[in-house]
Amino acid sequence: MTELEIKEKINEFLIAEFEVEAEKIVPGANLRETLDLDSLDYVDLVVIIEDKFGFKVIAEDFINISTFQDFYDYVNGKVLAKESTN
Amino acid sequence: MNNRVCITGLGAWSCLGNNLDDVKNSLYTGKSGIGIDPEREGWGYRSKLTGIVSKPELKGLLDRRARIGLSEEAEYAYMATIEALKNAGMDIDWIEKNEVGILYGNDSSAKAVSQAIDTIRLKHDTTLLGSGSIFQSMNCTVTMNLSTILKLKGINFTVSAACASGSHAIGLGYLMIKWGLQKQIICGGAQEVNPYAFGSFDGLSAFSIRENEPAKASRPFDRDRDGLVPSGGAATVILESYESAIQRGANIIAEVVGYGFSSNGDHISNSNVDGQVRSLDMALQDAKVKASEIDYINAHATSTQGGDFTEAQAIDQVFAGCNTLVSSTKSMTGHECWMAGASEIVYSTLMMQNDFVAPNINFENPDESSAKLNIATKTIDKNIDMFLSNSFGFGGTNSTLIIKKYK
Repeated sequence: MTELEIKEKINEFLIAEFEVEAEKIVPGANLRETLDLDSLDYVDLVVIIEDKFGFKVIAEDFINISTFQDFYDYVNGKVLAKESTN
Repeated sequence: MNNRVCITGLGAWSCLGNNLDDVKNSLYTGKSGIGIDPEREGWGYRSKLTGIVSKPELKGLLDRRARIGLSEEAEYAYMATIEALKNAGMDIDWIEKNEVGILYGNDSSAKAVSQAIDTIRLKHDTTLLGSGSIFQSMNCTVTMNLSTILKLKGINFTVSAACASGSHAIGLGYLMIKWGLQKQIICGGAQEVNPYAFGSFDGLSAFSIRENEPAKASRPFDRDRDGLVPSGGAATVILESYESAIQRGANIIAEVVGYGFSSNGDHISNSNVDGQVRSLDMALQDAKVKASEIDYINAHATSTQGGDFTEAQAIDQVFAGCNTLVSSTKSMTGHECWMAGASEIVYSTLMMQNDFVAPNINFENPDESSAKLNIATKTIDKNIDMFLSNSFGFGGTNSTLIIKKYK
């Protein structure tokens, strides 16, 4: 999966599942504020990522994710790591 | 304190329709809401018969956070409740500024619980259940979710009393308002309709297997009945003190004037004449009316051999010589279980508002017990000033409500 494909897949589920408007998704925007995430929403993010990308997010990892770009980079890194071990 | 308790709003989401108008028309025309769920065959069900209830589309009505906590039955309850609140003229701003309560009947959330356990067994990771599972899985899923969505600030709990849950919820709401503890309470009952919910009931061979004629399968009081048909949805009744209703300028539809209850102290699933008679008598005494003053009885009768036989005896004992019209709307809806006690108040109040008695469809031949009752086999155009509604449940829990037209 390419970096662009990952980004598109993430944006797709954020729009569908978290009902965020497409134009509000910009790489530098704050993820938590834009999606209006509370502690329960993070649990749902874990579920969706596991379903779409096949890896389990550790809750602590979210501490270092601030912007959408951080989120893309994090998922991309995990997917690459997973692909290299397969 | 002895406040008058009014009904100022009604709402329903059932196999008879997804709004009051459709439900009223189904009742008037004697339309059955029963069909076949083919999925149940693969599950090993003895009977595939069920009430056919449509799934609400909540996207656009509720945001994601509100939606994901709703179990199937809570979705039905939400739809019935927003209709009832609209009917009562209560908007969200008014509700937020007042101490509105909720008492709702529900006694399972089997689908949510089962699906969560399936996920845990498959994934071996509880986080992957997501955040909504807990709020869908608890028995209080309806009251927990609706109190949050509607910003309710009054009494807030679920009543679990088997197939009398919805009736007791209204009865308890009535007492709280009568005694001055609350001014407005959202009451009702909800029932999930899926293969997870009814397997154990089907396992008792309690369901009709007349699958070749779904509309004729539920036949309360009829000699040739062969069991009940499971069904569900949700029904909501807005209860309000007379003073509050007048102050708001609300349209008062009817008054709750009597609540009777009892426990059989007997078998876990078999009904009992003595327990039912005590519930009926208590309701009449509470309402301070004679049996002859009741114009219509909405029977609990579910279409089982034992249950209908017992109830006919109990009604005959209490209403001997009154010739009161009786029908079981379960002939059209099937048995709406936890919801039934509330939905049958909605159905009967619609009849009261529109001057008719809905038929007990499929009643063709009486048995020895039902032969003593005046059962409405066809729709009867008739003024109803007061009706009585029975609800009886496993464990011998009995509930009887009496509703009077507001004049």
